[in-house]
This record gives sequence, structure tokens and C-alpha cells, in this order.
Amino acid sequence: MGKILQVENLHVEIKTELGRIQAVRGVSFDLDKKETVAIVGESGSGKTITVKSVMQLLPSTGSITEGSVRLEGKELTTLSEKEMLKIRGSDISMIFQDPMTSLNPTMTIGNQIIEVLKNHRKDLSRDEMKRRAIEIIDLVGISNPETRFKQYPHQLSGGMRQRIIIAIALACDPKVLIADEPTTALDVTIQAQILDLMKELQEKINTSIIIITHNLGVVANIADRVYVMYGGKIVENGSVEDIFYHPQHPYTKGLLAAVPKLHEKTDKLFTILGTPPDLTDPPKGCPFAARCSYTLKVCRQYPPSFTPFGNHHESACWLHDPRAKRMINEVRNAG
Amino acid sequence: MPDKQPLVSVNNLKKYFNVGKNLTLKAVDDVTFDIYPGETLGLVGESGCGKSTLGRTLIRLYHATDGEIWYDGMNLTKDLTSRESFQFTRRAQMIFQDPYASLNQRMKVMDIIAEGIDAHHLAADKKEREEMVVELLQTVGLQREHANRYPHEFSGGQRQRIGIARALAVNPDFVIADEPISALDVSIQAQIVNLLQDLQEKRGLTYLFIAHDLSMIKHISDRVGVMYLGSLVELTTADELFTNSLHPYTQALLSAIPLADPNLEKSRKRIVLQGSLPSPINLGSGCRFASRCPQMMEICKEVSPELIEVSPAHFVACHLADR
Amino acid sequence: MENYQDLPLDLFEKAEVNLDEKEHIAKPSLTAFQDGWIRLKKNKAAVVSLFILILIFLFAVFGPIFSSYDYAKTDYHHTFQLPSREHIFGTDQFGRDQFARIWYGTRISLLIAFAAACLDIFVGVTYGAVSALAGGKVDAVMQRIIEILVGIPSLIIIILLMMVMPAGIGTIIIAMSITGWVNMARLVRAQILKLKSQEFVLAARILGTNSRKIILKHLIPNTMGVIVINTMFTIPSAIFTEAFLSFIGIGLSEPRASLGVLINNGYQVLHNFPHLLIYPAIVIVLIMVCFSILGDGLRDALDPRMRK
Repeated sequence: MGKILQVENLHVEIKTELGRIQAVRGVSFDLDKKETVAIVGESGSGKTITVKSVMQLLPSTGSITEGSVRLEGKELTTLSEKEMLKIRGSDISMIFQDPMTSLNPTMTIGNQIIEVLKNHRKDLSRDEMKRRAIEIIDLVGISNPETRFKQYPHQLSGGMRQRIIIAIALACDPKVLIADEPTTALDVTIQAQILDLMKELQEKINTSIIIITHNLGVVANIADRVYVMYGGKIVENGSVEDIFYHPQHPYTKGLLAAVPKLHEKTDKLFTILGTPPDLTDPPKGCPFAARCSYTLKVCRQYPPSFTPFGNHHESACWLHDPRAKRMINEVRNAG
Repeated sequence: MPDKQPLVSVNNLKKYFNVGKNLTLKAVDDVTFDIYPGETLGLVGESGCGKSTLGRTLIRLYHATDGEIWYDGMNLTKDLTSRESFQFTRRAQMIFQDPYASLNQRMKVMDIIAEGIDAHHLAADKKEREEMVVELLQTVGLQREHANRYPHEFSGGQRQRIGIARALAVNPDFVIADEPISALDVSIQAQIVNLLQDLQEKRGLTYLFIAHDLSMIKHISDRVGVMYLGSLVELTTADELFTNSLHPYTQALLSAIPLADPNLEKSRKRIVLQGSLPSPINLGSGCRFASRCPQMMEICKEVSPELIEVSPAHFVACHLADR
Repeated sequence: MENYQDLPLDLFEKAEVNLDEKEHIAKPSLTAFQDGWIRLKKNKAAVVSLFILILIFLFAVFGPIFSSYDYAKTDYHHTFQLPSREHIFGTDQFGRDQFARIWYGTRISLLIAFAAACLDIFVGVTYGAVSALAGGKVDAVMQRIIEILVGIPSLIIIILLMMVMPAGIGTIIIAMSITGWVNMARLVRAQILKLKSQEFVLAARILGTNSRKIILKHLIPNTMGVIVINTMFTIPSAIFTEAFLSFIGIGLSEPRASLGVLINNGYQVLHNFPHLLIYPAIVIVLIMVCFSILGDGLRDALDPRMRK
């Protein structure tokens, strides 16, 4: 199999003054070559912590308590910080949400790109690095790369900064690019530009992308496959078509129904009542049980396991169990 | 709704900020529109387009530089007596964007919601005050026992509802919602939007709903105004705007929204705007959108287009539509 | 994986759902200060510091009572005694009991520090608040005044004042407060300026809340953290300044004692009787270090940014 990244049964805990947050509770996912996978979830669902543990960039209070992360078969969780430094930026890169704070304000754009090249491409001479940096600035669609090379971040607009951040992330042709809410801080018209850019660059340098977002429109635009996270667990995953057109899990369905459609007239939006669970004391059973409209007694006590729906589409919900017949009928009648 | 008297009437409103020697930031420049009783007027635009400044000028947090705001026959832009301004605070209220910064974390929810009740002496005694707060809490889907808690114990959606209850306490007719959902998660956004709609039906509220999320704007608004760099470029009914937009900026904005529909996303064509928003400081004459407009003409560089009614209730400020 | 095949069928029935439960908040209700206290308790160094400070404070208040000696009573038969059962910390060149003198000195030093801190709070908070609230030209003038005050070395002002005014506790307090409030004023002004544009203050204005209430209910309570933390750093610095003034000989005069006076006395006989220097020095170091650690702890505990 050409799996480039495999995460299995990942558990992450974060220590806080209020107790241990079990931020990620048994998450497994994988990523194929040249594939774009989206992890969707609300704030606090554990999506950012999941990818930070892939990068081994957890805060000092956080630790992976169980599970494995393998990049092309190589285990990352047991690597030392020094070995990880070599992998970060060259094999896996990450871009963050806020284009304002991700760049060093006292360094020119060019030097920030060269800095990354210096760490990972020691074979290049200073001149070659400069040429390469200008090439990358050009690649992310910024005009006058030579001028931009010498400019400082504050001289660029938000959208342009995000392009530079992408340029830095892609400087060493990484195998995996992790993008944490890359367009959330941007305006709609700029967001569209950045999404197009990411797709275009993926074609050019054959990288695989993990995108984290809560914006379902962004997911529909860019993703091949989708993992839906809730309460530190993955509740459903499948191809983008399966998730959007044939969602199985009540949370996925609720999430899709909560977004207004531009081309349909909806009178009232569907709402998911309540608030996400407190992960310092996570629910014993299904994380969504407290907010679900179809909660069974079993949901509160036992965590559901995945039920396959063909073609790598699976959903973790007790409603898929044939024993829940009566409720299934009720759901069907409710439409 | 043209036969009705407008509740709010904004005429050639300008709000400039001095940002340095001879530098003026024209945050709102010559904006004219009406809001009718009982309707929801949506206001969209990207960050820096002046939509929040407009909202804050309407509610008299900012002093208008020029132009007029009429509220139900009262001119808000002339100097009101302190009594008149105090009375106005009962008629118009605001819901804020940041559910964390909009509540004083040193106050109990009871006192936060009762702020307006106290200011206007709406409750005769402590017991009545408490009853009013509890009723407001229930109106927004919270409970009696929440009154004795502090804001930091609530989730973002719950805090936003507390903010709504606070605004409702003085029984306003007009509510400005300044990006009330943009800091919230998707599933919580729907809760708040539905709550706002329910409240409108029950209390006959008039909304000015400011947001950058076009699909949500379309869902909640009767009419929508699109702003770009301080000026209103298009104003029409929500349906008309989304089916028959005339301004090139509106068209680009509409085509840029990512839709939660993968097949549609993959097939549709985007109008990609070049470049980014120019600085709003010391703008020249001419159409503000000219520098990024895919259909720019010579006249656009020279003359700023007026907002004109091209078809009933459809206003556009663009030389293309002015034929 | 557990085997779920044998789960009883009745588990697959609809669960009772209480709608109110969905909005339920499980955590107990805490005020911001209770919350801060819980955080502070987790910081061991800060708790130890607080404990030591309380101990020192108790000794300063009640210490002289336990001692059968008076701090000013001389006894020329027992000068320069080493610590013994009679005199726990020994005696000085006039035979005065060092134990009684140290706690009396601590009392005076703390009194001066607290009084100076109170004046700082009063003047600094008022000045800062007025400056921030008035804004415009008033603010500009008030800030220029502060800048001028900062420009003159405070020690020179203090020394000059001490020379002009009659020696005594009151003089020291006034001399230190003349420039001491500047920091507080700046911090309070910055905090209030920040708060003024916060949405909850805007909301209060829109609701028609009058300015007096906005200041009392919104601005001041949210500035308390800054004030408390800054005071925690003002107190040790006031103690240190007083000690310094007494040490160079322009502070309090004999037979009154402060920690600075005691250190000055001990320093003169350092070679032969080091205990006369060491004990007051230990007390002053403890006070300084503990206040700093507690101040840091409080800042972490009360800082709203840390709170989720």
C-alpha cells in the first residue's frame, strides 16, 4: 500500500490546572500519496491536538499516552527531538491559522525561506538557496519575487503572508503538508485564492495534504476524504462524496443540516442542542450521546465501534446496530 | 416594503477617522439606505469594509462625521439632549461578536443581564429584577440556576445567548447584531441564528445583521447590503442578490463562498479577484473597486458611481449598471 | 476491543433525555478570585512565600510582646552578647535585646512599606484612571507630567526631601510616595484604556449605564488584578528603599529601629559580631524574595489570559 502516513489508536492527554484533558481518545487515520484529507470538527474536538502529535509539536503539558504515528513506515512517536527536527520542515510541514503571527516580523521574507533551506538542504550554496527562495515565492503566485524577497512581513497583506507561509512550508518539497485552519483568518475572496493555490501546488510537487477546518465549504472544495471528529474521537470517515451526500452518523448529519444552503430556501436551520463534552471527564459511551436526538440507553454506557458502509466509508454509531431496530424506524420516519 | 415608513433611515452617512497628519481613513463614506420595521437587513463585506463602523455609528458609539441618521422620526446625528440619548438606549441595542470580551467576567450573569434593567429602573424591587432576569434567561434557552454563575463558566454559544438576553432586557425595537456568530462553531451558529429568528417573530424586532458569511446572511436576511471599502455597492432583497447580482464585486464574493457540496464545488467557475483590498487611507476619486474589478472601464478610474435603483428595490453603485 | 455482542436488548431502547441537561454546567460556581485562589494554591513556591510572610507579619506584630525586653532599653553590662537563651539573637553595642529590636524594626519597615503602597494605590489609581477616562488633551498633559517625574532620578528627590523635612516615619513615607505612584498610574491607565474599548463596556454604554457605574462596576473591578500584583512588587521595593536610606544614615534615627537601621548597626561591627548583621539581613531578604515570588504567583493566578 502506498500509505504515506498512518496514525493508529492515538491517545493524547493534556495536563491543566483543572485536570487531565483527554484531548484525543483513540484516533486512527491514514493518508495516501497525493491525497487531501480533511479533519472536520468543532473547537475542542481534538483535531488540532491530533495533528500536533503527528508533528510531535504538543505543548510541554501534553503527551501521547498510547498509539503510533508512522511516516512511510517509520515510527515518529519514539524519535528524539533532534531526529524530529530533521523530519519537520523537510518531510512534514505545517501551516497555521494566523498569518500575522506565523512569520518573524524582524526578518525579511527571503531570509525566512533561506532559514528553512539551510536546515534541510545543506547541499545548496548560498546563491542557490537564494535562487530557490525566489523560485518558491514565484511558485506561490506572488508577483515581483525579487522585490518581495527583500521585504518584511508587515509590508504584505494577510493573503500574501499566508502565501509566504505556504511557500516556507513547501520550501523542501515535503511529503506531507498539514494545514491547520489555513483560511479561517482570511476573507472569502482571499480564501478562494489560497485554496486554489494549495490545489495547484499539490499537483506540482506531489505532496499529500491534511487540512483541518470547521468550514464545510472548504472541505467540499479541497478534500478527497474526510474524517469527522467529535469529543476526541473520529465518529465517521469516508470519501468527500460519501460524507456530504450519504452521511451516516447523526453528528455528521446534524453538522451538514446546520449550514444554510445558498441555493435552497430553508425556513429554520437544524440545530444540535447543547455543548461539546468536557474532556477532563469524557463520557463513557458515545461522545455525542448527550446532544444526539436519537440517544439509546446503550450510547451512554458503551462506545460504539465502526460499522462499514463500503468503499472505506465507516461510521461509529449504535444506530447502525441491527438491535436498534425500533429507533432506526423512528429515524427513517423522521426523514 | 416600500409603502412602509422606514424605522431607520441613513442618508449620506460618513464616518472618517484621522490616522495621522493629513491622513484620513474613510471607514464609512457616503452610505445611504433604509431599514423597515420588522425586517432583517444583512450587511456583508470583507474585513475592513466599514460594516462594523457603520453599525457602531448607527448605535451612537461613534459620532458621525457627516450625513444623517433618522430613527423613527428622531435625528440621531444632531446633538441629542442627554435625556434623548438615554431614551434611545431603550430602543436600539447591540449584540457583539466576541462572546468572551462582551461579558464582564467579574460580574454574575444575573447582574450582567440586569444591567439595562438597573440603568432604566425597570424593576420595582430585587424580586422583580430577579424574575425578569430568569424570564430572559429562559427566553434564550438558559435556566434559572445559570443566573448565579460567572461568564467564564459558560461555553461560547451560551455566552452569546447571555449577551442577547442582556440586549433584550430593555425591550428594544431595533437590534444591531455585529458578527454575532463568526466566533462560534458551526453547530452553535445555527442555535444562535434560530434564536434570533424566533425572537424576531415573537417580539417583532428589526435587525441589522452584520456578517461576512454570505450563506448565513442569505438565510437570515430579507434584504442584503454589500459593502466594499466604506461604500455600499449593492443593496437588494436576499433572493435577488443571490440570483441576479449586478455589481462585479458582489458577483466575485458570491462565487468565492465555498459551498458544502463537493460536486458543485468541483464544477463551478470562480471569479478570481486579483490582488487584495487596497488601503482605505487617502483614497482617490473613482470607483473604489476599480483596482480589482475584472470589468474595469476608463470612467471607473475617474468618477465614483452613485447608488441608483436599477429595478424596483435593487440598488447598485456601478457604471456597468448605469446605462 | 470488548465484545458487545452480548449486550442486553433493552439497552437499545430510547434513552430518557432531559433537555435541561444539555445546558447543564457541572463545575461548581466560582468567582474570579476563588478561581485565582485555586490556581495560587497549586503554585507551591507562592504558598510557601505567603506562609513565611504571614509568619514574619505575626512576629512583627506580636514578637516584641513575647520578649521580656524592650527594644530601646539599654543594658551596658550585657553589650555585644552572642545569641543565648537569655537573648535569642544576642544584644547590640548598647546591650539592647536584638530579638526585640529585629521584630520592632520589621514592624516599622512593614508599616512604612504598607503606608507607601497605600499612598501609591490611592494616588496612582486615581491619576491613571482620570488620565485614561478624560483622554484627549488632559491625558496628554498628565502623561507629560509623568514623563518629567520619571526623568528625574527618584533617589535624588527622596534624599533632597529627607534633608528638608524633619526626620521620621512620615517623612520617609511621603518622600517615597512622591515618585512611587508613577508606575501604578501608568499600569492603571493602560489597563483602563484597554478596557474602555472592550465590548462589555460598549454594551454598558449602549444600555444607558451612567459613567459612574461603568467606572465602579466594569473598569475598577477589572483593574483589581493589575493593582494587586503591582502592589506586591511595590512593598518589597519600599522596604528596600527605606533600608537603603537608613543605611546611608538619612533614614530613621536611634533609638528607633527599622531593618535598615539594624543592618547599618550590624555592618559597623561586622568583623567581630556578624550575628548583628546576619539576622536582620535574613529577615529583609525573606521579605523581599517572598513578596516577589508571591507577586509572580498572583500574576499567573489572576491573569485572565490563562483562564479558559
